[in-house]
Amino acid sequence: MEHRLELKNISKSFGEVQSLKNINFHLGRNEVVGLLGDNGAGKSTLIKVITGYHQASEGEIFFGGQLATDLTVAKARKLGVETVYQERALAELQTLWRNIFLGREISNRFGFLDVNKMKEETNRLMLESMGFTSMAVNPDSAIQTFSGGEKQGVAIVRALYFDAEIIILDEPTMGLSLKETRKLLNFVREIKAAGKSAVFIDHNIFHVYSVADRVVVLDRGQVAGEFRTEDITLDDLMDKMYQIAETGSFT
Amino acid sequence: MDIEKVKPEAEAAAADSMKIRITRRLRANATQVGIIAVFLLVWLFFIVAAPDTFLKPQIYNAFMSTIPFFAIMALPLTMAVIAGEMDLSFTSIMALGMVAFIKVFEATNSVGLAFLSSLLTGTLAGLLNGAIVVWIGIPSLVATIGTQFFWRGAVLVILNGKGGTLVPIKETLLRKIMVGQVAEYLPSQMLWLIAIAIGTWILLNRHKFGAHIYLIGDNENSARLMGINAKRTRILVFALVGLASAFAGMMSSMQVSYFWPSLGEGYLLRTLASVFLGGTSVFGGVGTILGTFLGSFIIGAIEAGIVAIGLTGFYTQLIYGFIIIVSVSMHAVMRKRMH
Ligand SMILES: Nc1ncnc2c1ncn2[C@@H]1O[C@H](COP(=O)(O)OP(=O)(O)O)[C@@H](O)[C@H]1O
Ligand SMILES: [Mg+2]
Repeated sequence: MEHRLELKNISKSFGEVQSLKNINFHLGRNEVVGLLGDNGAGKSTLIKVITGYHQASEGEIFFGGQLATDLTVAKARKLGVETVYQERALAELQTLWRNIFLGREISNRFGFLDVNKMKEETNRLMLESMGFTSMAVNPDSAIQTFSGGEKQGVAIVRALYFDAEIIILDEPTMGLSLKETRKLLNFVREIKAAGKSAVFIDHNIFHVYSVADRVVVLDRGQVAGEFRTEDITLDDLMDKMYQIAETGSFT
Repeated sequence: MDIEKVKPEAEAAAADSMKIRITRRLRANATQVGIIAVFLLVWLFFIVAAPDTFLKPQIYNAFMSTIPFFAIMALPLTMAVIAGEMDLSFTSIMALGMVAFIKVFEATNSVGLAFLSSLLTGTLAGLLNGAIVVWIGIPSLVATIGTQFFWRGAVLVILNGKGGTLVPIKETLLRKIMVGQVAEYLPSQMLWLIAIAIGTWILLNRHKFGAHIYLIGDNENSARLMGINAKRTRILVFALVGLASAFAGMMSSMQVSYFWPSLGEGYLLRTLASVFLGGTSVFGGVGTILGTFLGSFIIGAIEAGIVAIGLTGFYTQLIYGFIIIVSVSMHAVMRKRMH
């Protein structure tokens, strides 16, 4: 069976800087892949190629075995990719409901919005998934008043709402409390349980190890290693990571 | 017993949540509430200061026949500013559209064709603004200063600096529809203004296009990460400003049955002042149609009011400039407080 997602020989340059070099990467059906690597290793660039935000300088992307040409974010979302970006991708002056449906508004075929539906759905999400119970927050609240963890919660709930086949989480635990982090890791396990796939980026190797089926290590724009979590102990994985950080590869 | 005890508590709770809901509403619409308050205060002030003028219906007829000329442009300009852009070229596009009108009318003797080609010219000029901003990457403030001079120059060159009479179309249906008198005190341009205000409101608040305008004006990077076509949205906004400018240019020329090559020059300040007084943020992401609508009437009334209370007309520019500075600064202060 084809992979849910496959990247072949992907390179990406920004002017002189080559951020990705000949990346081969795949995400299986119902698989959670953890992406590890130092700051600047190219993790965010890689997922932005997948989400259609960056166009690869070279290489091909396949969704379910189908070659995707001229990929854009809108196309990728239609293909079932939802993302929690490292930079959160929120519009702070706008209301909660506008942020939940940012770029994917509920509308008729002429583009007219169903505002009530979006507010109702937001209300439901607030109660069921975000755990907002305070009277002060409602779908019409501007999110600039939210705490860091609440904002991150908005970005996460949004990615989960659309019932995507592939969910990409780029450092989603940033700004989360211990309790919220545990909730997030459970979300990732639920994605897996629901038969979906995910790419999970986190600085914390414990988080990644605890939810991923497979770990891919990036170093300076290249894939430096790949392990199934069932084949490697956490200690061994940490040893490998140190090795990669020092030498750029491992033996 | 128990039930009777619960009842007043439930009522109190209901009243509480009612209060919360009302304050919430007020807070969410703080700028709109503010502009309505300013509108009423300015009105009251002029009624007290110049009752002879402001208690007679004539002045309101005058407002409704002149304010729409710039208010109609201020509405799409509001969208542009919410999107984080600025357009200073609409004054020249008013005149450019009229050049198309006159030339096509001369060639075909058809007001219908002249009308359409004027709208088309305005739209194309707006698209060009958008293209320069989006594809070449020039800040819109600078790009539209450039096109403002360029199109004004084009008008002067094409018509050799001369104006033209519109007396031949004075009896046409088009002119009646544009600037006729519907009832004794209701000029048709006021109806146009209301229709365009409703149209822009729907576009901005009930259509994807408007939703995307708020989002790219707030945070373009977020909007693009989530798949919004920011470039297309921006270009279309400039096109709308161009379209409205050509329309307003025809209106104000038909009103006086003459085309002046300097058409529009007097509208720059009051159009911008209407937008900013209406609560639209120069930083983007914030603004309302209602605010601009009321703002344009305040701006229009100030000009008449200044003369009516016995000051010289020289004060208008001073006051418009002051209004722009204060209303723009308010957003800057609010942003500082938020961060
Ligand atoms: N838009 C961009 N323009 C130029 N360079 C970029 C851009 N995005 C990322 N880079 C560069 O690409 C490299 C990888 O960055 P990134 O993918 O953000 O790393 P990571 O997410 O692993 O920390 C860095 O050297 C970064 O400076
Ligand atoms: Mg990153």
